[in-house]
Amino acid sequence: MFRFILRRLLQMVLAFFGTTLIVYALMFAGQGDPIQALAGERPVTAAQRAYLTEKYHLDATGVGGFFYRYLDYVKNLLQGDLGQSLTGRQIGDILQQAWPVTVRLALIALAVAILFGVTAGVIAGIRRASIFDNSTLVLTLLVLGIPTIVLAPLAQYFLGVKWQLFPPTAGAQPSLYALLLPGIVLGSLSLATALRLTRTSVAENLRADYVRTARSKGLVKRRIVSVHVLRNSLIPVITFLGVELGNLMSGAIITEGVFNIPGVGFNLFRGIRTEDGPLVVGIVSVLVVVYLISNLVVDVLYAVLDPRIRYE
Amino acid sequence: MRVRRLAAWAALPLVVTLGLAACGSGGNGDSSGSGQGAGVSIQIAEPQHLVPTNTTETSGSQVLAGLFSPLVDYDAQNKPYEVAAESVTSSDNKVWTIKLKDGFTFHDGQKVTSDDYINAWNYGAYAPNGQGASYFFEKIAGYQDLQGEKPKATTMSGLEKVDDLTFRVTLSEPYIDFKSMLGYTAFYPLPKAAFSAPGVLNDSYEQAPIGQGPFKMKGTWQHDSKLEVERYDAYPGEKPKVKDVEFRVYQQLTAAYSDLQSDNLDVLPTIPTENLSTAQSDLGENYQTSPMSSFQFLAFPTFEKEYSKPDVRKAISMAIDRDEITKSIFKESQQPARSFVSPVLPGYRDNTTGAAGQFNPTEAKKLYQAAGGPSKITISYNGDGGHKDWVDATCNQLKANLGVDCVGSAEPKFADLLTKVEKKQPVGLFRMGWVMDYPSMEDYLGPLYSTNGSSNYYGYSNPEFDRLVKEGSAAPTQEEAIKKYQQAEDILAKDMPVIPLRFGENVFGHSSKVKNVQMDLFQRVNLVKIEAAS
Repeated sequence: MFRFILRRLLQMVLAFFGTTLIVYALMFAGQGDPIQALAGERPVTAAQRAYLTEKYHLDATGVGGFFYRYLDYVKNLLQGDLGQSLTGRQIGDILQQAWPVTVRLALIALAVAILFGVTAGVIAGIRRASIFDNSTLVLTLLVLGIPTIVLAPLAQYFLGVKWQLFPPTAGAQPSLYALLLPGIVLGSLSLATALRLTRTSVAENLRADYVRTARSKGLVKRRIVSVHVLRNSLIPVITFLGVELGNLMSGAIITEGVFNIPGVGFNLFRGIRTEDGPLVVGIVSVLVVVYLISNLVVDVLYAVLDPRIRYE
Repeated sequence: MRVRRLAAWAALPLVVTLGLAACGSGGNGDSSGSGQGAGVSIQIAEPQHLVPTNTTETSGSQVLAGLFSPLVDYDAQNKPYEVAAESVTSSDNKVWTIKLKDGFTFHDGQKVTSDDYINAWNYGAYAPNGQGASYFFEKIAGYQDLQGEKPKATTMSGLEKVDDLTFRVTLSEPYIDFKSMLGYTAFYPLPKAAFSAPGVLNDSYEQAPIGQGPFKMKGTWQHDSKLEVERYDAYPGEKPKVKDVEFRVYQQLTAAYSDLQSDNLDVLPTIPTENLSTAQSDLGENYQTSPMSSFQFLAFPTFEKEYSKPDVRKAISMAIDRDEITKSIFKESQQPARSFVSPVLPGYRDNTTGAAGQFNPTEAKKLYQAAGGPSKITISYNGDGGHKDWVDATCNQLKANLGVDCVGSAEPKFADLLTKVEKKQPVGLFRMGWVMDYPSMEDYLGPLYSTNGSSNYYGYSNPEFDRLVKEGSAAPTQEEAIKKYQQAEDILAKDMPVIPLRFGENVFGHSSKVKNVQMDLFQRVNLVKIEAAS
């Protein structure tokens, strides 16, 4: 197990530099005129243009310029310096502020998905073709069919503005209660997927040979389900939730925007909109790490759930 | 054994999840308590900078308007009157003497002196500091010496201290509207505490700017979250009616609108376009409008042969039904424009474009065909600003009224559009907008249409126009200046380098917890007048 984790960690280093190189190249290629984008619709003075060009090496263009700027970036990165955004703020500071609220939002969403999705999925899997099963099928199809860009404002309007059950927006230091509505909205998609996955998996395993054996042995149904079936059924669900955690951590651009939560997605969106190359690359670099780690955790969890899986 | 282990593994993520989600929520649960006491909350976007000479966008300027008191402000006729200045006088409009009022102090207790103005302006003008508003100082003598990579000087020769409360400003050439210009954000003073060494700004200054205005910072700038200010009791001018103001940062206006509707936010200076159609019924009498200085127009690439004839440009203008578009698309939140300067200004005249501004499809078609206009028109716009609807509507009108083919072409951002225009790539007509920096007709004429104007992207050049604007700036009295500017505007009406389309309005809303909400011409809430409704 130890060697497996070590090998994966070494692979992660390569993957990290590969992805940052690609992201940097994409930002570099797609960049128009970030200085004008910063100024909006105002004219930019020659003095300010010269100042920003010098500060961010914007005059280094072409292939040579690209590697010059990339190596410069990596050099600073290795010293723990993510650089400055085009408005002069330390990207490290921005992430430090943005991360906690995004993590809390992601965990709430995940909790919602696990609590309701997995539980309802198990019930639906056991009582296949019952009213409960059919109604959750319809509901999940509905949730999967509505994009967040519709669902989030609708939830905000009805639950926040019209009936005033929740605060309409969360803000920067939200209470758990204020984060609940955005968390549910964000988690609803994973909830629906987790529910469908668990249901199928449970239903399938209930028909497996070992369940028949267990039943003929005279085991009580509760024990069959909670020990044998659940354990084997959770493998695909864990895979899904692990990847989903990475997704949720990367910030929900739409949900964070609608509920005014200045998290990672919020900053990523701003960086892209204002062509703030350093900010986008900085955020994405950290996101890559989050993805790599959450994937590693999922792989390790496999071994725990399924004794047949052994890592060398 | 097995069972317990499994249960533990399954339960662990859940417990961690809930535990982590709950932690950190204890610290600050009062985010929605904006309306408590005598405080008000106002929507802003995250300001780019909070150094006066580096602040050119509305959000930063809104915050600074609370922290600083300008030398002059504008009355109902948009004429400047003194606030922090005792008097601003000049006999020849070239050498100006600014006398400061006694009694103004910075929030750290220091007395405001003329040095604080001189140092701040020199800092702003010095090119290596890269200040966004540095061009406001270019009229002051000696500005050129502070430009370039290695400037010759660090101070402008045109700024001269007389005594602690008086200083003299010498311009490189006479400028009648200099007094009006002093109301702009860039002309605020900076305290000694802002500088770590002469000409070097403290990095931390921007996080909690010290000003001499009616409000002082409460804590520091909480990026992406909020900025809080409280009343500064030693402020000698008109006292604000509210004790605290919270400037809350929103990325999306629609989120702020939801908060406004449920009284979580007190003032929303701009109602989002998506909500315009329902805002009046949602907000009732808390939905308000007031004049604003913005000006939307379509510009011609006059350097291109097909648009080089004024008759072609006039015909296109006549084929556009401005009234219809402002009514159906903007729900009357903007007004049709038939002049080149905004109606908020003293020298404004209605309908200076004459017949070319009136909707007249038959005349338009006749004129267009006689002048040999192009058979295909493109209108370029930036796709991120909500311009698609009106551009498409304009195109449809041109198609129907001129019998030409017309398409709207979106560029991702305004910067991309400008880059193309500057490289003289064929973009066809393109949209532009203008908001004045200070109330002066010159601000609507000089930068936009002078041969060397900073925002003249259409290659328009008319020596007669240049001369009139210059003479207007140098005129000895306001009346004579306005006369010259109006003559210059008449030339524009003849040449039509751009088509005036609409003048903007502040369309804003407030909660039922505040009253007497006033907005100025620069989209800023008047922080001294606003009151909590009891």
